Amino acid sequence: MAVTQYIHPLDKHLRLERIPTLYCPGCGLGIGLASMLRALDSRIKEGSIDPDKVFWVGGIGCSARMVFYVNYDSAHVIHGRAIPFAIGAVLANPELKAIVVGGDGDIAGIGGNHLLHAARRNVDLIVVMFTNFVYAMTGGQVAPTTPRGVKTTTTPRGNPEYPMNAVKLVTSLNANYVARASITTPHYIEQYFYKALGKKGFRFIEVVSACPEVYGRHIGLRNPVEMYNELKKRVKHKPKASIEEAEIDWDKGIVTGEFVDRDNPSYIEILRGEQSEI
Amino acid sequence: MRKTFTSGNMAVAEGALTAGLKFYAGYPITPSSEIMEYLAEKLPQHGGVVIQMEDEIGSINAIIGASWAGFKAMTATSGPGFSLMAEAMGLAVITETPIVVVNVMRAGPSTGVPTKTSQSDVLQARWFAHGDYLIPCYAPWSVQEAYDLTIKAFNTAELLRTPVILLSDAVIAHLWEPLMIYEPGEVEVIGRKIPIDKQRAKFPYKPDSDLVPPMPILGHGYKTIIESLTHNERGFYAPMNTEYKALVKRLILKILKRINYIYEQETRYCDDAEVLLVSYGSTARSVYLATVDYRRKGLKIGFLRLKTLWPLNEEKILNCSRARKIIVIENNTGKIYFDMDRIFKDRDVYSSPVLSLELPTPREVSEAIEPWL
Ligand SMILES: Cc1ncc(C[n+]2csc(CCOP(=O)(O)OP(=O)(O)O)c2C)c(N)n1
Repeated sequence: MAVTQYIHPLDKHLRLERIPTLYCPGCGLGIGLASMLRALDSRIKEGSIDPDKVFWVGGIGCSARMVFYVNYDSAHVIHGRAIPFAIGAVLANPELKAIVVGGDGDIAGIGGNHLLHAARRNVDLIVVMFTNFVYAMTGGQVAPTTPRGVKTTTTPRGNPEYPMNAVKLVTSLNANYVARASITTPHYIEQYFYKALGKKGFRFIEVVSACPEVYGRHIGLRNPVEMYNELKKRVKHKPKASIEEAEIDWDKGIVTGEFVDRDNPSYIEILRGEQSEI
Repeated sequence: MRKTFTSGNMAVAEGALTAGLKFYAGYPITPSSEIMEYLAEKLPQHGGVVIQMEDEIGSINAIIGASWAGFKAMTATSGPGFSLMAEAMGLAVITETPIVVVNVMRAGPSTGVPTKTSQSDVLQARWFAHGDYLIPCYAPWSVQEAYDLTIKAFNTAELLRTPVILLSDAVIAHLWEPLMIYEPGEVEVIGRKIPIDKQRAKFPYKPDSDLVPPMPILGHGYKTIIESLTHNERGFYAPMNTEYKALVKRLILKILKRINYIYEQETRYCDDAEVLLVSYGSTARSVYLATVDYRRKGLKIGFLRLKTLWPLNEEKILNCSRARKIIVIENNTGKIYFDMDRIFKDRDVYSSPVLSLELPTPREVSEAIEPWL
């Protein structure tokens, strides 16, 4: 049954007729979304963001689905292509505040090429990538972030591949902002997203999430509380961490913090500068 | 009106500018690159944006995004890039996004012969993405028509909230001919229907009587959902048979309903023709010359040229001539032939393809059709 009454302070940001979400019990995505909405709420209340200009874009996956639960202009497009879709929209209307959300498969797997070129261009988008170490929506296949050795439905003998550190990848390019937070520290998701909303250029936040239902099954942590506690144990918050320290490793630890924070001219600012010279 | 002398690729770019293009995203590929290069110079002067994306997948997704933000948007490519665009073409179909995609055909399969011509993608243009849909598709045979049909492609896209394909080829792309360019007001330029108010905008997929829904533009507080999943009139996921059938049928019917607007053909010497030659695009240039030659020799040959490849107006095609013998000439292994065979089912229909890297000559055309005469 759909929720019809405002009962939560963030309800006004949601399409209540589409709630409940399809997310499984214990899923970390709700914590991530709520943290983002708190930041957006603050920005709207202080008048620094016009809600009519907010535009959410997601590809396909559990994480990407967020875009049709939020009560804003939103696009639920095809797998991996949220970034180029958003680029077209913001270049056509630079007033739009484009927020791309998606899983690590969507953003860094199939969409990886768009991710790195968007960062290279320092194009005016926020990308929030939810890393749950697995392809959740499709039922538990290996993801670009799956740790080595983990048995998934497509790596039944254990994942032979090295996982990807998207924060390090994006940092090697021209992004104006790169941060990592975890759903076990929602206040940092909120703080980083709030900051990102106030900046220009390419902004990338990796949110490490818990997927007890699918990933938990693979690593023996089906119980949401246990999964949460295990993730929490591994997260090391380093507010002033260097990029060399930006580990994301289930055994050695997951370093959260801000890794890049600068105000280089954004793609749109550069284009505008060029065009005024014509 | 202003007269110039230019190439087919530049004519496409000029046509797009006349039609009000504001956003172009592309990726270099022979023989289409001059379209992007020309627009990179000119479009910013018209208040538009050109971006070279990381690939053709990025290009088509970017133009769909730009279209929702209110800009008329286009990309151009050739075979390999066109194939990469298939999935997002389906996205443009289901989200009912006006975009124009130009495929300057070159010889394939795969990398093929990048600099040489072909008409091999005509069925790809009709069927290349998964799912059920119908995308209007135009095929010019001259520089002037490359310009005119580009304008028509934009008008069709905006009128019907649909992607539209312009199928040019390497011959048209690099052919130089005189071109008449219209000044504003000299040619019809259609803009999209937008919702009259916030209430109407809540239903971005609810059609008017023309089966086309008004299109909300991002950034106006309409809280629009652009949805790639099968959806209801609000844009909510609707995995139910009733909604699925209604949506898919409407997406096709809205195109067919306007077939008289979309469909164009050219006929010559058809009235008394005993044999009808059917062709399109650059190949039709040689077929026409061959036709004139046959007429000079006293043979009753007629000429039908398809300017619109999809959808075909079957009634118009059937009634254009009473010829008992129909011969289809195209630069591929025989593709549009299948539709002609179906449409002219009570007559003798023959396929005389000329598979060639160059524009087939009138002599090659004659040699190809002679066995059936
Ligand atoms: C082109 C294409 N390939 C495959 C799929 C199937 N698919 C849907 S979601 C998904 C991966 C989801 O993983 P991720 O992006 O990490 O998101 P999550 O569900 O874990 O949040 C895949 C492979 C698709 N929709 N489109």
